[in-house]
Amino acid sequence: MTGRPAPAAAPPPTEPTGPTELPLSTGSTPTRTAAAVELHKLTRSHRGRRGSTPVLANDGISLRINAGEVFGLLGPNGAGKTTLVRQIAGALRPDAGVVRVLGHDITADPSLAPRLLAYLGQDEPALRELPVGLAVETTGRLRGLTRAAARSQRDAVLDELGLATLARRPLLALSGGQRRLAQFAAALAGDRPLLVLDEPTTGLDPAARRAVWAALDRRRAAGATVLLVTHNVLEAETVLDRVAVLDAGRVIACDTPGRLKALVSDEVRLDLVWRGAPALDDPTVAELARTAVVSGRRWSIRLPREQARDALGRLTAGPALERLDDFTLATPSLEDVYLALGGRDSDLERG
Amino acid sequence: MTTPLAEAPSLRNALGAVYAGQVSRAKAARGPLLFVATLQSVGILLLLRGVVDAGDGATGRQVVAGSTVLVVAFVALNLLAQRFGALRADGLDYYAALPVPASAVVLGTAASYATFTLPGAVLTGVTGCLLYGLPLAHLWVLVLVLPLAGASLAGIGALLGLLAPRPELATVAGQLGMSAVLFLGVVPAERMPAALQVVRALLPSSYAADALADALGPRVEPAALLGDLVVCAVVAGLSLALAAVAYRRAVRS
Repeated sequence: MTGRPAPAAAPPPTEPTGPTELPLSTGSTPTRTAAAVELHKLTRSHRGRRGSTPVLANDGISLRINAGEVFGLLGPNGAGKTTLVRQIAGALRPDAGVVRVLGHDITADPSLAPRLLAYLGQDEPALRELPVGLAVETTGRLRGLTRAAARSQRDAVLDELGLATLARRPLLALSGGQRRLAQFAAALAGDRPLLVLDEPTTGLDPAARRAVWAALDRRRAAGATVLLVTHNVLEAETVLDRVAVLDAGRVIACDTPGRLKALVSDEVRLDLVWRGAPALDDPTVAELARTAVVSGRRWSIRLPREQARDALGRLTAGPALERLDDFTLATPSLEDVYLALGGRDSDLERG
Repeated sequence: MTTPLAEAPSLRNALGAVYAGQVSRAKAARGPLLFVATLQSVGILLLLRGVVDAGDGATGRQVVAGSTVLVVAFVALNLLAQRFGALRADGLDYYAALPVPASAVVLGTAASYATFTLPGAVLTGVTGCLLYGLPLAHLWVLVLVLPLAGASLAGIGALLGLLAPRPELATVAGQLGMSAVLFLGVVPAERMPAALQVVRALLPSSYAADALADALGPRVEPAALLGDLVVCAVVAGLSLALAAVAYRRAVRS
């Protein structure tokens, strides 16, 4: 790759280098690592039309994102993830609280954020009619690159993401997944040491998704920090060093995916897919119905391993089996963590 | 640890990048609209030719000048109001997260829209001169009139788009503005009722049309021409500056 200086180097997340600057309440990784982002009691409401009640989108969120880590925000739609990252990106002012990005107070001066980070929103309508190559080049130039450097980076990033053949096509003319990948390419222009990405892989096919994850990994290896919003459990478990689980504007957990899953490691998830009406006359089914999370014809039940094994044995040996389309027994995922922590109705994606 | 801030682009570089991006965008998005804008003005020329005689009469000159400025209003006022209305609704995050001065976004976008009025405006001017028997050589004044009319109407268009609380209102405001330019630009001021003359005097497009109409006449009065152009320039400066302020406010809500 040419014309792409390495982002500011940062120590690995586990190496303590200095004291915490803000009192933070969530996260269990050692807090003396250099911080890329520090949030302190961040609060923001959305005001609706005149007369409607404001909705509290972020309710006193405190978080610390260490330099050099891939940090995720996981939660269902409406949890407050986008509101949170827009405040970090300087696009939205908090009602109260402090945002520090790479040592700079963004709440005091939001105009500093664009000189520290690259932000990818859920959509980029401003780029809609631009050809892919020009979208990346223009974004690079607007991040301060010279025209020559922006063109060199454009070529490198498009090659990296397999978009070179689409360089001259307007984003508008691409499929949803290709368009999202092109928007992601624009976010990479300018080599910011912090990437704030709001659902970058939504709508991507598996190959494109892996290309995004690989690109993020390369930037992390070069010292960049990545803050990733996702509601995809697989993505969260695959690429994140740490994850904060959001629900109704609050952080309900923050740790590595592995440690979060250990919270519910004695439980498994039993999924039942009914062919028609569930066989409620079966006593085992009636018992499971009490704790099942129902989503269409699918029931998800979290229960201790032994109980799950017993229940499945009884179901498969009895008449209820005839009514089942499918059944699976799975080890816990971050979705189970989310539900176990009191998360409400989950619309997290599993794959 | 405090990471050093990356250099923001200079105003000139940011302006160049926004302008280049917008011009490219326009090739895909605005070609058909520019065709409609030109067709509308040429249509008015043809229509009014039925009631206005050719020659060097003031009415013919005003029809040609008003129709030419209308192309500018269609693109720079109407389409730009729509563009900024749409951006304000869901596209400003892109710019908010880039270290770009507000003036670069407003000026770069406005300049690209103004640029796109040029072919249609020149075509309309030439067609008008041929239809109404006016001297083509006097169209040199378009070199002054079009940039100033473009800047002033683009400034107003940007301001309307950025101030409108909803994108639909920006569209309505842009179209009403264009209609005002149409009705008040093609008719000589002295033929209008006093109330309409006041409204006419409030639109920069009227001064642009008057400058062009005067230049198409048998004798150009430099002082009057300069006066009209100065009004356009002042309105352009004011409206673009206000649009930059409105943009800055809209970006960080």
